[in-house]
Amino acid sequence: MTGEPLLHLPLEDMHVAAGARFGGFAGWSMPLTYPAGVMKEHLHTREHAGLFDISHMKLISVSGPGAADLLARACPLDPAKLEISQSKLTFFLNDEAGILDDLIVTRLGEDRFMVVANAGNAAADIVHLTALAKDFDAVVEPLDRVFLAIQGPQAEQVLAGTGFDVPLLTFMHGVEPRPGWFMSRSGYTGEDGFEIGLPADDARQLVEKLLSDPRLMWIGLAARDSLRLEAGLCLHGNDITPDTDPASAALMWAIPKELRASGDFIGAAALRTIVENGPTEKRVGLKAEGRQPVRGGTALVDEAGNPAGSITSGGFGPSVGHPVAMGYVVAPLAKSGAKLFADVRGNRIPVEVYALPFTQHRYRKG
Amino acid sequence: MATTYFTEDHEWIRVENGVATVGITDYAQEQLGDLVFVELPETGRTLKKGDTAVVVESVKAASDVYAPADGEITEANAALSSDPSLVNSAPTADGWLWKMKLADEGQLSGLMDEAGYKAMIG
Repeated sequence: MTGEPLLHLPLEDMHVAAGARFGGFAGWSMPLTYPAGVMKEHLHTREHAGLFDISHMKLISVSGPGAADLLARACPLDPAKLEISQSKLTFFLNDEAGILDDLIVTRLGEDRFMVVANAGNAAADIVHLTALAKDFDAVVEPLDRVFLAIQGPQAEQVLAGTGFDVPLLTFMHGVEPRPGWFMSRSGYTGEDGFEIGLPADDARQLVEKLLSDPRLMWIGLAARDSLRLEAGLCLHGNDITPDTDPASAALMWAIPKELRASGDFIGAAALRTIVENGPTEKRVGLKAEGRQPVRGGTALVDEAGNPAGSITSGGFGPSVGHPVAMGYVVAPLAKSGAKLFADVRGNRIPVEVYALPFTQHRYRKG
Repeated sequence: MATTYFTEDHEWIRVENGVATVGITDYAQEQLGDLVFVELPETGRTLKKGDTAVVVESVKAASDVYAPADGEITEANAALSSDPSLVNSAPTADGWLWKMKLADEGQLSGLMDEAGYKAMIG
């Protein structure tokens, strides 16, 4: 992205007015922190509710009689088996079963689906899906929406407090509550909450109403990252990439069993081979001893000093009060309690394999 | 009488009787955000100008703090081990980072005073 001008959020002026500090992420100028700072923003989200502008992410509508078949080819997913309003985490894989992107697919109707794609991959995802769609009776349509996330234990109350009639949704379900709106009960923090895609004018009105509630505050990308890391959720580009596959990434739970055996999705054959042989490295949670964070890119060694993997995301967990990280570890050591070491500027820091998540998920499941 | 200098790297240096107390400015702590860890130097370590003396870690990233001149560490701010947020709350007071005996105070002569620094950050 170097040299490319950054894209600007439609609500950027609202973030400027809120005192945001901006930085580049995935080609976008994003609010990183607000005056409260990452620590308070993080804790506020877990205690009350946080409002995130995630309009850098892309909503893509997939519709038509062949929509389910298209998605069944593009993703290790059985779209026809989704109930209407059900959402699933899935992937675009390459032929080697490498993860091109992770996505949330929601079934909106008999032959209508909403795909939510990551910012940095959205353009490539659209090209990929549109090319595949030529063989199916399906239309791929990227939507121009503001995308907001409201996360935290008070998210529902705050949203209802705006006068908005919050649809009855449980975790990983989504609907279109108004024309042009898409709303799902999901998120990237481990907390209960909603993601809402809506036209910019509607978004301005909703944000103004939301922010009049003191239980809610703007939360920047820095806290979004520490929240998702504590929740053990992957960041594409760090923890999952085209060089990692769902088996190594410990994300096979997202792939239905029958598809693992007989699915015809792109990457199916390669993934079957990987699963048969067992991945050589696996994604795990990692907890460093002491207070010093271990960051993404740090190499790990075993007790004898042999290479044992590397950290893909690492930082400090404000809610747990200690460093939190995840990374890939050689398969024999990829079990909770295994002892490893990270070299941080010459300091040999003990790191323990830790069962994710660091903070328990508090999704509204029923 | 102590003299205080400022660097382009947003450090302040207060010199008294050949000993420099070094910290980061309020502007710097604000840019870094909430600190969660400060890697302190050992007393007695000798540093050359430009060597990394301290690493401050925010929730998101690690940043080096450099020795502004040659010298020997005489004290590190041990209070930061248990409370790194002192650097955020009091960067020019209780949140100081280290003290060093300067080999040559003259190495600091080209640095800014407070007015110059304030003009730089605008």
